[in-house]
Amino acid sequence: MNKTIIEIHGLKKDYHIGEVTVHALRGIDMSIKKGEFVAVMGVSGSGKSTMLNILGCLDIPTKGDYFLDGVDIKSLSKDELAKLRNQKLGFVFQSYNLLPRTTALENVELPLYYNPRIKSKERKELALYALEAVGLTDRMHHMPNQLSGGQQQRVAIARSLVNDPVMILADEPTGNLDTHTSFEIMELFQDLNERGRTIIYVTHEPDIARFATRNVVFRDGLIQRENMVTERTLAREVLKTLPIENIEEFDA
Amino acid sequence: MLGIIIGVASVIAMLALGEGSKRSMREEMSKMGTNMIMVMPNFMRRGGVSLGSSSSNAMKMVDVIALRNEATAVSAVSPEIRASGQIIYSNQNTQSTIYGVSEEYLGIKKLTVKSGRVFSAQEVKSMAKVCLLGQTVIENLFGAGTDPLGLTIRIKNLPFLIVGVLEEKGESGMGQDQDDLIIAPYTTVQRRLAAIDYINGIYASAVSEEKSSKAMAEVEEILRRTHKLKDSDENNFRIMSQSELMATMTSITDIMTYLLGAIAGISLLVGGIGIMNIMFVSVTERTREIGLRMSVGGRSQDILKQFLVESIILSIIGGLLGIILGYLIAKGAGTLMDTKAYVQTQAVILAFIVCFAIGVFFGWYPARKAANLNPIDALRYE
Repeated sequence: MNKTIIEIHGLKKDYHIGEVTVHALRGIDMSIKKGEFVAVMGVSGSGKSTMLNILGCLDIPTKGDYFLDGVDIKSLSKDELAKLRNQKLGFVFQSYNLLPRTTALENVELPLYYNPRIKSKERKELALYALEAVGLTDRMHHMPNQLSGGQQQRVAIARSLVNDPVMILADEPTGNLDTHTSFEIMELFQDLNERGRTIIYVTHEPDIARFATRNVVFRDGLIQRENMVTERTLAREVLKTLPIENIEEFDA
Repeated sequence: MLGIIIGVASVIAMLALGEGSKRSMREEMSKMGTNMIMVMPNFMRRGGVSLGSSSSNAMKMVDVIALRNEATAVSAVSPEIRASGQIIYSNQNTQSTIYGVSEEYLGIKKLTVKSGRVFSAQEVKSMAKVCLLGQTVIENLFGAGTDPLGLTIRIKNLPFLIVGVLEEKGESGMGQDQDDLIIAPYTTVQRRLAAIDYINGIYASAVSEEKSSKAMAEVEEILRRTHKLKDSDENNFRIMSQSELMATMTSITDIMTYLLGAIAGISLLVGGIGIMNIMFVSVTERTREIGLRMSVGGRSQDILKQFLVESIILSIIGGLLGIILGYLIAKGAGTLMDTKAYVQTQAVILAFIVCFAIGVFFGWYPARKAANLNPIDALRYE
């Protein structure tokens, strides 16, 4: 029986914009076990981005409980939340958010910089491991502008793995990528998931649903629908069926 | 950063030039002897009414004799009587000032004899018509480089034998030609050339520099007595010591230097504002980066520290370049203006400290702005 790493009860979130109060989340109950691949879906304004922010400890709920790996985040200060993000979470963004004039290796090292317990030698080693896991060791000294979109996203995924997080939060990670590369990235996510990583994948594309193990659909601040995926599609299978395209490789 | 570079450069240059001129002035003045004391006439006031220069004839030889006998902290005293007139040698003539002094005058004023000798006490007593010439007078009368020892010149139509030639001294700190002079016994000058019974000034040297304030006190006490001044009267003379003069000149130069330095410092302020602007722009440009750093665990204080350090580095690099530039400017301006420039180590250290402070102070607001960003909004920033 897998451990429950996320427990959410009666979660509410309100935003005050001037005189108007926006009820972004109106009462969410959710629990996520280790090893799941949850696709959180919904249109703009459904509350899925707010859910992601709260899951990622970038924001705190107005009401309700959120237990991350047993820790009640309501009681934490800003600095403690930062520490939590540093040690238990990994983020992957739509636009990669890599540091521009920094090598891939240094980019992956970044979260470890903010961890005072890790010395620089260990940091390098951990970063190398992470790059290995995404298959980019041969590009570790490249700058982001020398990498393709897919490669940049891989670096970002490596960065999210480097501190061995409890889960990876991905916000539309394939939004800026072409079809073929999108499937490659999905293949990577599924690969990581198969090896035990918990993945929460936020998207507005319904097509993603079939690659996950569980789907949660948000609408108007509530969970509209939730189901386990029975026939899961594997990205590597899909890749085999795609026509071979001319993909430009960036060679340093 | 340009503002910082220019600011630091101008401050360093100002301070260097100021320090350089102060040092060369010091050098000049110590050549004149730091234990020299001068007594000059002063305007006397009685009951608030200025009696004009009528008291300029207050100083007499009795003062000199009294000082010689009674002042213990004084090692030598000489009167000074000034007369000016035409100096003639064969078909050449020139105008100069003739100083009637006693033989101790040369020692007190640190004048050296190049060739020949100074007149003797006997010659003073006998009002001998002998004299020593400065280099400028020699140049004007005989031509540069000649040695006119033994020749006779006419001063105000009186024949004077040249017994000595003075070593060249050059221009004084205040621009006077110190070689344009003739020295003769005061007895001769007083009676034969100026026809006065008073003296124009007294020159004395204190036993040592440390004793010069004691010497000045003694001189004042004795002269007040010989001038028969009442307790309520102000001095009808002015006592100036070389060391006091030097201290005054130094403090005047100091004030000027610091004033100029402060004005130059304003450009440093402008430089600081420049740093602040650069940092603000940097923070804005890197909003997403800041959001990213926060999302991977960067705390507010981490972000604050990061940008503060960048600001300090910028400032210190500017300071370094400014110091180098300032040094070059000071050297260049010094050569142009014929002054020496001297960059003190403490000026450099001060510059670094100030740059560090500017980095912290002017980098603080941008750094705080960065640290206070909301990570969610920052990540979404276009």
